[in-house]
Amino acid sequence: MPAADEPQPVLALSGARATLGSRPVLRGIDLAVARGEVVALLGANGSGKSTAVRAAVGQVPLTDGSVELFGTPLRRYRDWARVGYVPQRTTAASGVPATVREVVSAGRLSRTRLRLPGKADRRAVDRALELVGMADRAGDSVNALSGGQHQRVLIARALAGEPELLIMDEPMAGVDLASQEVLAGTLREQVAAGTSVLLVLHELGPLEPLIDRAVVLRDGCVTHDGPPPEAVGQHALPGHDHVHPHAPEGAEPIRTGLLT
Amino acid sequence: MEILDYAFMQRALIAALLVGVTAPAIGTYLVQRRQAIMGDGIGHVAMTGVALGFLMNASPVWMATLVAVVGSVGMELIRSRGKTSGDIALAMLFYGGMAGGVMIINLAPNGSTANLTSYLFGSITTVAPEDVTAICVLAAFVIAITVGLRRQLFAVCQDEEFARVTGLPVRLLNLLIAVTAAVTVTVAMRIVGLLLVSAMMVIPVAAAQRVTRGFAATLGLAMAIGVAVSVAGTVTTYYVDAPSGAAIVLLSIGVFLVLAAVATPLARRRARDAAASGPDPDSCPLPPARSTADDVRV
Repeated sequence: MPAADEPQPVLALSGARATLGSRPVLRGIDLAVARGEVVALLGANGSGKSTAVRAAVGQVPLTDGSVELFGTPLRRYRDWARVGYVPQRTTAASGVPATVREVVSAGRLSRTRLRLPGKADRRAVDRALELVGMADRAGDSVNALSGGQHQRVLIARALAGEPELLIMDEPMAGVDLASQEVLAGTLREQVAAGTSVLLVLHELGPLEPLIDRAVVLRDGCVTHDGPPPEAVGQHALPGHDHVHPHAPEGAEPIRTGLLT
Repeated sequence: MEILDYAFMQRALIAALLVGVTAPAIGTYLVQRRQAIMGDGIGHVAMTGVALGFLMNASPVWMATLVAVVGSVGMELIRSRGKTSGDIALAMLFYGGMAGGVMIINLAPNGSTANLTSYLFGSITTVAPEDVTAICVLAAFVIAITVGLRRQLFAVCQDEEFARVTGLPVRLLNLLIAVTAAVTVTVAMRIVGLLLVSAMMVIPVAAAQRVTRGFAATLGLAMAIGVAVSVAGTVTTYYVDAPSGAAIVLLSIGVFLVLAAVATPLARRRARDAAASGPDPDSCPLPPARSTADDVRV
């Protein structure tokens, strides 16, 4: 398949416009994720980050522009098993209890669809639970979990389908430090295995070393598309080293401190 | 067991068994979607179907099924549009269905509102032999959908947006839930009655989830509770002259109260056990000291 070798983006939004009610939320944004790339979508509240990722998976209709997944226009795209989606976590507990394993198994439906799950499917669910360190909680109700644990479950649900592209909306929002580190580790393994990632973030935080490129939105327009913006606040403190995992062994870490 | 000697009682018990299985089965999905009231709405709409059956001299069960399916599909379309005027539209459908039923039954030859009473609150003596056939066929459909497609329906009810991104035919599955709920209403109407059918979709589920932690467990236990209360309620009305629906619903509320009373100390003990195996709740150790890497060198 020669098409697979071409540098075709796994996700491409071009000239995307969308409105919520009568308010324009996306005003013609271009956003592409290349194979194996980790792209962070940054911006203030209301800048259109969530709308952009929801449009990318077809959950917000575009008024203009186009979305392509793996080179196929969204309208004709059917191969959803290649996409792992982590929606923004809602705090509302559902009406009926569900176990961690039941929720994670729902992610496998992208591959099983209407057939019964087999051994390989159960193994994929086990693996996803282990990746986020929730295997020992598999039988517990998701309503009994902390915010960070709940977020780990949602990420495991997306990983259960063994996707090539992960699309995550604020995976770090309301997540305790221990869970943040688990999630950063999980993501690092996925990226190392070749998964492409688009994630909405409020701040780069512990994921910073993983991010190849940052796209910053303001009022529905792209205002920056390139290397992650300069760290501010605590991250700009002298001595805060940014060791990039893609850098060759023994390379000098990028230092942002004033005296280094 | 002399009560099994009567043919009408055999038919009533078969119907009760099937109501007990089917109503909580579809009810679990409706409760999960916070649509517990939907069964009530379909029950109201089905009244028009029952009355049409009388008017056209057709089977009230099949006519009610037809009208309830049309009504439930309408409700699903209103729900999926998510418009703010949705609850007004639903109210129109509910009360239109009830008013239509009362109007049409009075148009029917020899028809009066009294004909509807046994359909409203259930009655064990009215389950006709041809009803048993209809109830068995319809119940088989409901069980096939609610148990056979439980993984897919769980995903749709738990997180609809995520389910769409997994590529499931979400719109079709939503319609299937609505149609299954409508069919369940007509399965249940002979024994539990149209005005009380929603109780059988909701109360066994509410009772089950007091003691369960998972979805499949809730579904199974709710069905078990449903069978127990509907058979027990039907037997009760063999001895007590009252509508079977009333007895069944009161029994299920009783089960709910018992499980709620049992569950509270159970949950406390679980929390205590979890605390005992976890870190000591009475001590709060200081976080480890900052490492030298954290220090700001100036």
